[in-house]
Amino acid sequence: MRIVKFTKKGIYCIPGKFYLDPWLPVDYAVISHGHADHARWGMKHYLCHTHTKNILKHRISDDISVETLDYNEPKTINGVKLSFHPAGHIIGSAQIRLEYKGKVVVFTGDYKVKHDNITIPFESVKCHEFITESTFGLPIYKWLPEETLQQQIHNWILQNKANNRTSVLFGYSLGKAQRIMKLVEGLDEILVHNAIYHINNAIESSGIVLPETTRLDGHFNKTDVQNKIIIMPPGLLGSKMLKRVPNAATAICSGWMQVRGNRRWRGVDAGFAVSDHADWDGLLQAVKASEAEKVYVTHGSQATFAKYLNEIGIEAAEVITEYGDNKLEAEEAKKEATA
Amino acid sequence: MKQFSELISAIEITNKTNAKIAALVNFFTVADDKDKLWMIALFTGKRPPRPVKSSLMKQWCAEITELPEWLFLESYSTVGDLGETLALLLLPPTHHIEKSLDDWMQELIQLKPKTDEEKKEYVLNAWSGLEAQERLIFNKLIGGSFRIGVSKKTLVNALAKLTNIDANQLMHSIIGNWDTNSITFDELLSGSHINYDNSKPYPFCLAYALEKELDELGDVNDWQAEYKWDGIRGQIVKRNNELYIWSRGEELVTKQFPELTEVFKTWKHDFVMDGEILAIKDSSVLLFNDLQKRLNRKNVSKKLLEEVPVGFYAYDILEFENKDIRTESLAERRKNLERIFQQNTAENIQLSEIVTVENWSALHAIREDSRSVNSEGLMLKHKHSPYHTGRKKGDWWKWKVDPLTIDAVMIYAQKGSGRRSSKYTDYTFAVKKDDGLVTVAKAYSGLTDAEITEISRWVNKNAIEKFGPVRTVKPELVFEIAFEGIALSNRHKSGVALRFPRIKRWRQDKKVEEIDTIESVKDLIFTRS
Repeated sequence: MRIVKFTKKGIYCIPGKFYLDPWLPVDYAVISHGHADHARWGMKHYLCHTHTKNILKHRISDDISVETLDYNEPKTINGVKLSFHPAGHIIGSAQIRLEYKGKVVVFTGDYKVKHDNITIPFESVKCHEFITESTFGLPIYKWLPEETLQQQIHNWILQNKANNRTSVLFGYSLGKAQRIMKLVEGLDEILVHNAIYHINNAIESSGIVLPETTRLDGHFNKTDVQNKIIIMPPGLLGSKMLKRVPNAATAICSGWMQVRGNRRWRGVDAGFAVSDHADWDGLLQAVKASEAEKVYVTHGSQATFAKYLNEIGIEAAEVITEYGDNKLEAEEAKKEATA
Repeated sequence: MKQFSELISAIEITNKTNAKIAALVNFFTVADDKDKLWMIALFTGKRPPRPVKSSLMKQWCAEITELPEWLFLESYSTVGDLGETLALLLLPPTHHIEKSLDDWMQELIQLKPKTDEEKKEYVLNAWSGLEAQERLIFNKLIGGSFRIGVSKKTLVNALAKLTNIDANQLMHSIIGNWDTNSITFDELLSGSHINYDNSKPYPFCLAYALEKELDELGDVNDWQAEYKWDGIRGQIVKRNNELYIWSRGEELVTKQFPELTEVFKTWKHDFVMDGEILAIKDSSVLLFNDLQKRLNRKNVSKKLLEEVPVGFYAYDILEFENKDIRTESLAERRKNLERIFQQNTAENIQLSEIVTVENWSALHAIREDSRSVNSEGLMLKHKHSPYHTGRKKGDWWKWKVDPLTIDAVMIYAQKGSGRRSSKYTDYTFAVKKDDGLVTVAKAYSGLTDAEITEISRWVNKNAIEKFGPVRTVKPELVFEIAFEGIALSNRHKSGVALRFPRIKRWRQDKKVEEIDTIESVKDLIFTRS
């Protein structure tokens, strides 16, 4: 008896008659987290974690019909017991656990096993079928401990200050930006781009306390930002706004920065491998901890990771989904940047 | 090695030459003399022989990480660099080793004759004592290129900035005979081991693209027309029985072209000549693609010398019997040049032929036909012109033929290397043949970073294979391919060879049904040449 099937609209729960992170409009969508490739517009009804609600409203529309659950708070839909469990990806991100007639399926959405001091840490959930992402499903991706990363970024910012330069860090407005805020908290005043400012407000309206930041006005005075810390969405790389920042030293914060070629590709001054996804060891750790009989691998290196799992004796298959499309994020960031 | 590691990090992140030079100057200011010498040696190809085979390093890494070979290769094709792949795959360090660059290099030299077991012990110990970035550098010290875009010229410019010594002299110094254990940094820079007077080159005279009608140039008889050859500009410096060849990038390339060096050494007179280094076989100029096989090689094999023999077409003479004659008129200099060629002959070294015409209009047909001799158009030089320093408008013009173009569809995509390793940047294109497609060209330039990013995303979604560096894709994306020439070829499946193909633009407005056929491509041969 199958509980979920992979359809053209998204991952479908057969007995529950609802979809998980669908990419085409459906009646009932259960959402793992607020990123644009997982939470799309056009659903008649949304179910998400309590902390994701205001993010969805901000991103999609205030008028959407949204229902929320806390972590580990079960809800039964058409006989399927559904619950959310911390995914450690971004604030409000959840793994979705489905239980029907004694069989358990877990869909991870996006997740990170390492702790980051801002999201509720990943919690592993045992299941029969585990549907995992694989964004960084190659053994070259191994993240440094949070303290080491923080040290690297602090050193970079302090050196910039010493050289009379303004530090500009790039990261997606939802998730990465708040992570960066936490990483640089206390070093100096943090100025955030408008898009990030609005997301921060949406997050804080759920009662979460974020590091203190100042909104970076589009017509900022150069002297007001000189030598400070600015966070912008990646869509602003090469923008006029960036050019107005006096003596900018630029850095991208992304897991892709692990590879030299990627750091050099973007023409920035530094690249920090700060990722909100699980690294190779994290993916393996999560898969093993789930004790699943069958693993479905979605977006990222699905072919590679599934093949490797089969070789080490864990039955796995790859699944093609529409997740992991950074274009959506980039377009949204651009839209926000010009708004 | 901390300073060296910081230098590499600073250089690799930037694509701005000035930032690279600043990082180099900083390194030369703070590093130890021995480390500075090693740095220069490593960046100019003067490294000691590789002490450990890369296949052994791969094997040891596989043993430590217990990864299957296919997964190693998959990682390698994503990273695009072996030393970096190893550095990223290995386990986190267990301790920290700090040694100077000189210490590492001396140890690696001593490692060379040891047994594989001893080498393994040494390398594994180093790997477990270094962070990923230092590990990458350690792997590069063993062998392989840093691929961080520091040419000899950039290095020399940094040294020149540091010392105020003439850059060309520094180029000769660092390329000359020296080794790190028998010279000091100051001796190297002062050039005590070389005689710069014998090698000193002149700046090249460069032309602008023609931007007016021919008759606006005045009387045709005041102009000297020559074919414009697509090789590399070279300056032959022969003084006091020594011979040097400088490239236009102001690098000494003497050793890369033994067939030129050997012949010129035997010629009468001292001179400095400007001309084009070309691949020439059976008195015909070959394509630049062929010449490329000969460039930037440390050693030239006998096989390659036979396969792609190199020749020289002389354009001009700058110095004759140790007298600078650059201010004399082109007509006068040409007489000197011809005199040298009357007294010396060699099959592969020729005078650049003067194209004589009665009137300007006759020149159009010759330019149009220049592809038939593998030339890329014409050069027009005023007969009274001096040999200018650098690029000057008015006296010398280049008048290139327009490129040919076809519409073709992408069928394979491959990741680039180095900076481009994360994206699909190298594409193979096909045109229609009967009911199917046939490959006509491979090209990797001409697109913006944004277009490459978008195409990479498309390739990821539309690839037929899942593993390995080359992806076969659905024939869907149409591109306009420009090229300099076309010839029938038995070596190519399509039956044609394109010269210097590159992507002119991505035709998002065109469908695959609208691409060229092999017949329409072949028609270009008959209509254009």
